[in-house]
This record gives sequence, structure tokens and C-alpha cells, in this order.
Amino acid sequence: MIESVDALQALRGRIARIERQRPVDAPVPASLGVGGLDQALGGGLARGRLHEFFAAEREDAAGAAGFAAMLACLMLPAGAPVLWLRQEEAERQDGRLHAPGLAEIGLDPARLLLGVLPDPVTLLRAAADVLRCAEVGAVVIELWRNPRALDLTASRRLAVAAEGSGVTALMLRAQAEPSPSAAQTRWSVRVAPSVALEAQAPGFPMLDIELLRQRGRPSGGRWLLEWDREQARFTESAASGAVAAAAERGPAGGGAPLRHAG
Amino acid sequence: MRIVALDAAALAQGLAPGLTLADARARIPELAAVDHDPLADRLWLERLADGCDRWTPMVALDPPDGITLDVSGCVHLFGGETAFATDIERRFALAGIHLRLAIADSPEAAQALARFQARPAADERQAIRRLPVAALRLDDESDTALRRAGLKTIGDLADRPTPPLAARFGEEMVAALDRLLGRADSRIVPRRALPALLFERRFAEPIARTEDALVILDELMREAALALEERRGGGRRFAARLYRSDGAVRDLAVETGLPTRDPAVPARLFRERIDTLADPIDPGFGFDMIRLGIATIEPLAATQLGLEGGSVSEEAMAALVDRIGTRIGRGRIRRFRAVDTHIPEQAAFALPAIELPDPARWATPTAGEPPLRPLHLFDPPQPIEVMHEVPDGPPRRFRWRRTQHEVTRYEGPERIATEWWRASVDRLPDPEPSHERPYPKRDDLVIPGDEIETPLRQPSGKPLLTRDYFRVEDVRGRRFWLFRHGLYDRETAAPVWYIHGLFA
Repeated sequence: MIESVDALQALRGRIARIERQRPVDAPVPASLGVGGLDQALGGGLARGRLHEFFAAEREDAAGAAGFAAMLACLMLPAGAPVLWLRQEEAERQDGRLHAPGLAEIGLDPARLLLGVLPDPVTLLRAAADVLRCAEVGAVVIELWRNPRALDLTASRRLAVAAEGSGVTALMLRAQAEPSPSAAQTRWSVRVAPSVALEAQAPGFPMLDIELLRQRGRPSGGRWLLEWDREQARFTESAASGAVAAAAERGPAGGGAPLRHAG
Repeated sequence: MRIVALDAAALAQGLAPGLTLADARARIPELAAVDHDPLADRLWLERLADGCDRWTPMVALDPPDGITLDVSGCVHLFGGETAFATDIERRFALAGIHLRLAIADSPEAAQALARFQARPAADERQAIRRLPVAALRLDDESDTALRRAGLKTIGDLADRPTPPLAARFGEEMVAALDRLLGRADSRIVPRRALPALLFERRFAEPIARTEDALVILDELMREAALALEERRGGGRRFAARLYRSDGAVRDLAVETGLPTRDPAVPARLFRERIDTLADPIDPGFGFDMIRLGIATIEPLAATQLGLEGGSVSEEAMAALVDRIGTRIGRGRIRRFRAVDTHIPEQAAFALPAIELPDPARWATPTAGEPPLRPLHLFDPPQPIEVMHEVPDGPPRRFRWRRTQHEVTRYEGPERIATEWWRASVDRLPDPEPSHERPYPKRDDLVIPGDEIETPLRQPSGKPLLTRDYFRVEDVRGRRFWLFRHGLYDRETAAPVWYIHGLFA
């Protein structure tokens, strides 16, 4: 009996040692430039984690893609490579990723690598592989609809790979329903009317984003963000009174009960 | 059904290939027969030929059952012809293969001797002269013709003057005879192109761990780096072959986007390749030889990257492309390339990154302007139905994917004309036939004789039309890129509208 207790102690010690050896470096958050949003996220969007972005409707896919591109600009040092993984089907049916358009958002196409893969299974496998390359700055994983291959295990695998290498994984979902996943944050993105320029011309990209889930912190909140390409940051639109109020509903970090994502 | 091949025991019983199966069964009732599978035989022969690579890189198949090696200049490495032949026989015997082996001055002579030699002869010339005419490997008809003429052996033919032989039996026969006798130059065509540089290591004792094999590979790559430096070149394609002691061969190949002679680069790629192999490398009883070949060498001057500034990150990018390309497939990883054209769908291409070592320069967007080009571009553009107040004015409302979009903001037109100096071709799909009538031509404004200008035409006969692009935003805030195809009244009477892209 004594012996088994000893063995148990030894095992516990070993486990503790293993756990301590794991790199538990806190992710470095990237400030998005909007006070309320950064506060809700605990300083900003965590680098080296998996984040999920759902296009609210099919027409919002470009908005979600734009949001991912903007985040890549904002979170990465200049020149860090970005890998964008897409499905052949999306590339064919829902518009090619247009390099001049990315340049207009501020993401230099020269630092972008585009991976076009035939189906979700190979795409997820490639994503997990690529996420292990620490030289990559960020990986955008674009998946359409709800592929069967993307289950909790698959997203957990991506999250672990991202944590291990410190590469930020941005998963884009279009025409999809949010489902449990291992993502650090989960967002719904829809495009919003821009602030018109002179002569009623469409203005700068305006996105209406909603924080659906967040691991370890209170979820919820909605922001109307305008993208400032020159400063590479978001500004909160003055027109977003109603949604800004929603953002203040959940006090950040306080004693509010934590809702875990996933 | 006829017999194609027999084993030694069956041959001893007096059976011969070509016999019908029924006859053979009548003679030997317990005969075991299997279906002839030429493809499997061929694959087996290929595998054996892979294994023969260890003696010389010049290996050719001699179907259906032969392999020819060009051993010029390599026999002394194995201690002379006899030792060499013994080594080959020993290795094949290990795999349970019985073989007939001949070494001769020309490939045809060796092939013929291996197949047809019946008894030993004093020297090679003598042996060839004794071969039957079948050794020429002509068709059956020619064989019969030669035998009927009383010419039974190669010696009978060799003594005769060639012109009468050519006149009677054809040039082909004489050419075959010349090759067999070594009168004409003849070489084998090796199965693989020879790599530019080849490094190998043989082991007295097979090594059984893949990690050890990789260490050896690293050593070979360091050797290769020295050789490359002497040539002022860099390798782009590296192929490693691992020879197992039981004859199996495993190939690994990696490719880099930029020529390199840094041994660490291919070393890392080889490790990536091994990581992603569907079936892991199985050392079995161990590898007894490892060879590294560099197939493509490109000039690479000595560089000093530190001082060149910008190119360093491009180097890093190329290295990353190689790494990812090795993991997920070479063709799947693409980079954008800018093209100097106004036509939006042709302005940027995503090409396989490994083919595109030089970086593209992209125009920096004008400060203070919202994005003028969409993020998602439809290629080809999709036709839409548009309502507008005046036919050459901006859109008011449009219908796309069965949804009405009310335009609240617009900017445009941005006019993009066709490139008449290029034989460009519009690949626009035709719109679905609409029930609405096209806008009536403004007859009152048209001066008699002022017809619609004949626009430029593409080879298919369709006119090349100017596009007027509009950036529009609908009530919900979705931003689209639309264009009107053709100038109203000047190029076409009923311009068609298309949606070309979506903005963020």
C-alpha cells in the first residue's frame, strides 16, 4: 500500500515536471486599436492561437476575408509571410483571391503564399502541417460550408499546432454554422454601410463584427469597425452607437461568470 | 492457352515454352499453372533494375526478361570482371533469382550471349560466332529465311560479304549483325538521366536506422556542397536513393526554388519529406548503400546576403516556399504575379511559387483612398440584371444570385478600354435571355448616318467592348464591383452588366 502511494507520488511529480516543461508562454496579444474591443479581449487578439471568423451570409465572405487580411496586417511585423489556404471549389465559384485587392487592404501580395487544395481533408492536413513552420507569420484557413472533416479533433489539432509554433491561425468560414471548436475566439463578420465619401462614393471598409465565443473570458459584444490602411489599425465608427452599447454589456475581466468556448 | 515460361523442374521434364497447356497437362498431370501477367513481370523487372543501380547508373531494360548494364569504367571498382560477375550473381541469388549473365563489348553481344550461349568458347569472338541466327533477334520470318538458306550461326553470316546479305535479307538484318559483332557503334539508353553530380557511400555492414541514414545523407550533402562551390553552381533538385540490402530501393527527391549549396537546406527538406511520407521508410535488414544525386545545377555566384538588404527576406520566403511545397505539394503553393495590363482579371496571376523565384512588385495603394479593387474577383464575371435611370448612367438596383440589391452609394464610372494592341479575348459569359426589351435607341438624338461605331473584334467575331466600372454599395453595406460592357449607343445598343468582384 505504502509502495503504491509512493508510486503515485512519483507519477504526480513526473506529470508536474512534464507540465512545467511545456511552454506556457502567455500569448502576446495584438491590439486592434479600439479600446472597448481590446479590453473585451484582454489586451487584444492573441497571437499564436486559432481564431474563427464566420461570414454572416454568403455575400459577407469577402468581408470576412478582408477582416482576416486586415488582422494579418495588424498582427504581424512587416514582411512576415502569410499563407492563405483555400479550396479549389471556392476559388472557382466564389471568386478568386485578387492580389490588387489585397494590396488595397494593405497586405502586400509579395508576402502572401496561396495554397489551393482540392478538398477540406487535404486542406486541414496542409493547415496542420504548415502551422508547424514557425517561419510563417499567419495562416488563413478558408473553409466553405460545414465539412465533415472539420470536427473538434481537427480544430484541436490546429489549435495545438498554432500554440506550439506561435503561428496565428485565422480560420475563415463561409456559408457555415458555428459549431463547437477549439478556437480561442469565434467571431461573426458582416459588412456594414461605410461612411460615404464626397459625392456619395462608397467609403473605407466597414465591418460589423460580433464576438460569439471566447475561451476563458466573457463572450459577447458587437463592434462596428472601420479599417485604416495607412495606420494598419481599426477605428470604431461613430455611427455604431447601438452596437457599442452592446459591447459594454459584459465588463471585461471582472467577476462575471466565465463562459468557456467550445 | 500456351505456356509462356517454365521453371527449372518443368524444363527438366522436357516441357518447352510455346506448348499448349492441354498438351503439357497430358504429359505431366500434376503441372501447376498460373496466369501470365506481363505487367507484373515488367514491374518486377523495373524493381530489379532499380537494384542494379548500385553497380552503375547506366541501366537499361531489355524486356521481357533482361537488364543491360553499361559497366564501362566501373568494373575495376569491384575487383575485375570475374569478381564483378560473382557479386551480381551472389546478390541475385540472395533474392532467389536464377540468372544468366554475360559481359561483352557491345550491349547486343552481351544480350545475345546471355540468352543463347550453349557451351563455353575460347573467347568472346568465338562465342558470338557460335550463336544461332536467332541471336540477331529478328522476326520469325527472317529467322526461317536465314535457316532455309543454310545460314545457321552468326559465324556463317559474319564471313559473308554484306551487300548480298542486305539485298536478300534486308538492311535491318545487316544492321543487327553489325551491332552484334561490334562493327557498328551501339549504346544503351539508360532508364534515368544521369545526375550532374553523384555522391555515394557504401557500408560493409548495413545500417538499420533511418536516422543514421540521414546522418550519412548529411555528410554526402556536405561533400556535394564542396563540389558545387568548385563549379560555382547551386543545386535545385536533389535525389537520394537508399539501397536496401535485400535489393529494394527507396527514392526521395526534393526541390528548391532557388539554387543552393547550403547543405542544411536540402537536409531540412529531406526531413520534411520523410515526415510527410504516407508509408514510412522501412530499413528492413538495413541499407547498404546511400547515394545522393544532384540532377539540376544552376549557376550561383558567391553572395554576401547581409549587405544586399532586401534580398534576405526574399531568400527566407523562397526557403519557406520550399518547405511548405515539400509538405503539401509543389504545384499547390502559389504566389501572385503582377501583369502589366488594365484588364482586371488578367492583372494578377497565382502561379506555382517554385516556378517564380523573382519577387513581383506591387503598386502601393494611394493614401486616403478606399480600396479601389475588390478582394474577391469573379473570373469570368457574372452577368446581372441592372435597373438604371439612364442607360449610360450608374446602376440603381440590380439582381444577383436571385437577390435584389438597392444601390445607395456608387462611384464611377472607371472606364477600362480594351487593349487593342493585344489580341485579347473576352471570356465573358452571355447573359441569360431577358424578357425585357433593350432600351430603345435614342432615335431623336441620332443624326442620320451616325451609326453605331464598329468596335474592334476578337478572333471569334465578338466585338471587343469598353467596360465602365462602378464601385457600388447596397443598403446593407455590401460593396460590389460592377461594370457595364460596352458604351451605350456608341458600341452597343443594349449593354450587358456584369458583377466582377466583392469588396471587404
